Amino acid sequence: MAEASLVVLVPMLTATVLAGLSPFAGRRAGWLGILALVAAAVLAAMLLGRADGPLVVWFSGWQPRGATPIGIAFVVDRLGAGLALFVAVLAVVAGLLALRLIAVEHLLFDAVGLVFVAGMLGFALTGDLFNLFVFFELMSVAAYVLVGYEIGQRSALEGALTFAVTNTVGSILMLFGIGLVYGRTGALNLAQIGRVLEQGPADVLVVVAFALIAAGLLVKAAVVPFHLWTADAYAVAPTPVCILLAGAFSELGLYGLFRIYWTAFAGVLGGHEEALRVVFVTIGAMTAVLGAVMCAAQDHLKRLLAFATIAQVGLFLVALGLLSADGVAGAAVWIVGDGLVKAALFAIVAIVQHRCRRVEESALHGVARSLWPLGVLFALGALTIASLPPTGSFLARSLVEDAALRQPGFGWVPALLAAVTALVGGTLLRAGARVFAGWGRPPGRDPLADRRGGDEDDDDERDEASVPPHASAVLWVPAAALLAAAIAWGLVPGLLDAVGGAAGAFVDTRGYAAAVFDGAARAAPEPLLRAPGTTAYLYAAASLAGALAVAAAGLAGWGGRLPAAARRAIHALRAVHDGRPTEYVAWSVGGTALLCAALTLAVSV
Amino acid sequence: VLPYLVAVWLLLVGLYGVVTSRHLVHLVLCLSVAQASTYVLLLGVGYRSGGRAPIFADLPPGTPVVDPIVQALTLTDVVVQATVTAVLLALTVQAVKRFGTSDPRDLGALRG
Repeated sequence: MAEASLVVLVPMLTATVLAGLSPFAGRRAGWLGILALVAAAVLAAMLLGRADGPLVVWFSGWQPRGATPIGIAFVVDRLGAGLALFVAVLAVVAGLLALRLIAVEHLLFDAVGLVFVAGMLGFALTGDLFNLFVFFELMSVAAYVLVGYEIGQRSALEGALTFAVTNTVGSILMLFGIGLVYGRTGALNLAQIGRVLEQGPADVLVVVAFALIAAGLLVKAAVVPFHLWTADAYAVAPTPVCILLAGAFSELGLYGLFRIYWTAFAGVLGGHEEALRVVFVTIGAMTAVLGAVMCAAQDHLKRLLAFATIAQVGLFLVALGLLSADGVAGAAVWIVGDGLVKAALFAIVAIVQHRCRRVEESALHGVARSLWPLGVLFALGALTIASLPPTGSFLARSLVEDAALRQPGFGWVPALLAAVTALVGGTLLRAGARVFAGWGRPPGRDPLADRRGGDEDDDDERDEASVPPHASAVLWVPAAALLAAAIAWGLVPGLLDAVGGAAGAFVDTRGYAAAVFDGAARAAPEPLLRAPGTTAYLYAAASLAGALAVAAAGLAGWGGRLPAAARRAIHALRAVHDGRPTEYVAWSVGGTALLCAALTLAVSV
Repeated sequence: VLPYLVAVWLLLVGLYGVVTSRHLVHLVLCLSVAQASTYVLLLGVGYRSGGRAPIFADLPPGTPVVDPIVQALTLTDVVVQATVTAVLLALTVQAVKRFGTSDPRDLGALRG
């Protein structure tokens, strides 16, 4: 079982080696980092192959005495191992891109990147609440540094600062919640917390502790109203970092929340499942709608993709918030499929940015005509987001639709999914058509987004000029490969069975506890997953048609002809995203209070 | 009960300071204050009245001691906080050096 610890240790130790080598070795030693990431991916794949039931690894052999765990454990189930594998594969791609894109002579970037990945891997595998927090902090701090890496740009520095301040507040709230849980249970092992909590009442302490932990993780996941930092950070991060942030980092926040819910809180809060479902799905739906609307209003391409990520995270929260195994299965398939598309889109935007030196849709109007094959890829990515069959996103969406229809009162979810994916996909199509084909009228300068002074523009140009111009050729291959993988993901044979089993085990609170305490693997009840039926194709067709309509409307300049009330509302929404960390923290604190209130209400009915 | 009240007070005061901050160094220190609430909470959770430090070298077995786990957690927490503060202060220094501003309200190069 050494793989479980090695999968985290290999990147971590390589990071220290690289940091130590940094003064002496050239950039070529960065290949060592890639090697470590490949090794981590192989180890994660081996774990995935082994984890039939949850695989429990007690470090240094501190086995539980009776029913009391005294050591720290990794509990690797198939969903966790699968997520770790996905993170590692995405990290390999990001690492390869970074070798060409990050034009620096020393190795510290690679070292911090490896620490970031190690944190994410540990987060996916651990079975201990405090250990989870430590990995959470590890990946966060590494991410702050990576986002602010191009510190010569004012927006990069500000993005990193906002990101760091907001997320630090989130982790303080989460740690406070962990302290409360420990005070009640005297335990940090997730399974043991679950057992102790189950014997007590679902009182205010338990609910507030859960709300605080949830708030910390929702800040990470970029869920409304904790999402404000996301666009600022994603828009300025170097592209390889963006791929990891948008593809895995946000989703890990949701994974953490539901891992903790199903292992530790499902026992005590499970009686109020109906009301909790309403809370989670509502927050998810708000996030999805807000993300999609903000996405449609963007001009800066990377910011546009950041809001697309927020919209998708909202949809994942809707899927997971259904609190059922089939919802989890849908979310799992979707997270992988969407992460691959998002990575491809970021890579394409990076090519455009390096060729044309701009990243605003309005400034790029028709400029990238010579890169039209990229435009085809971009459009394909946009359609994948609007769930073009037979991509992974389409399969996942049909799973989520089925899951929602099985819960009474959530019949509106499929329509929401169709509307949000149509708006996001259509916006991407619009942007692609403008940039790569020069269709439509060039939009006017955005009054809100671009208020930078002249001195900073100089900074921008200097930084982008430091990237070697031939770099973009190397980017074509990963972009195309990622997109192909995203499309092929929906066609993997046996995917439904495998994901169904993994999701069944993920929501099996007792099976998890049995594995931790008795080392006994127990077959979890598997959800019934159907291949996409006729309705799924109909919804997909609706969402594709919607996407085309949105794109056409955007190109025809209908955005300016919206009713005045709608325009005022969008303007007010955008004004909230004002780049000031102090106000973002105020929103987060308010959101936490609301979450506490909502959960308390949910538990008292 | 007192330690819990203190912890909640520190958390609220720290967050209030962050929200109303006019200077980045002040903001970072307010974050530290908020983080200190978690130290107090954790140590308060593990306290046993009459307990001694959990160092068993010179204690007879059976002596009541305070919970050593929360002390380990607090120590980890302090280390984490030190790292975060260092990163934030480094960013602050860069903000002042390169852009001559230390007021968080001046931020907002990317908006909307």
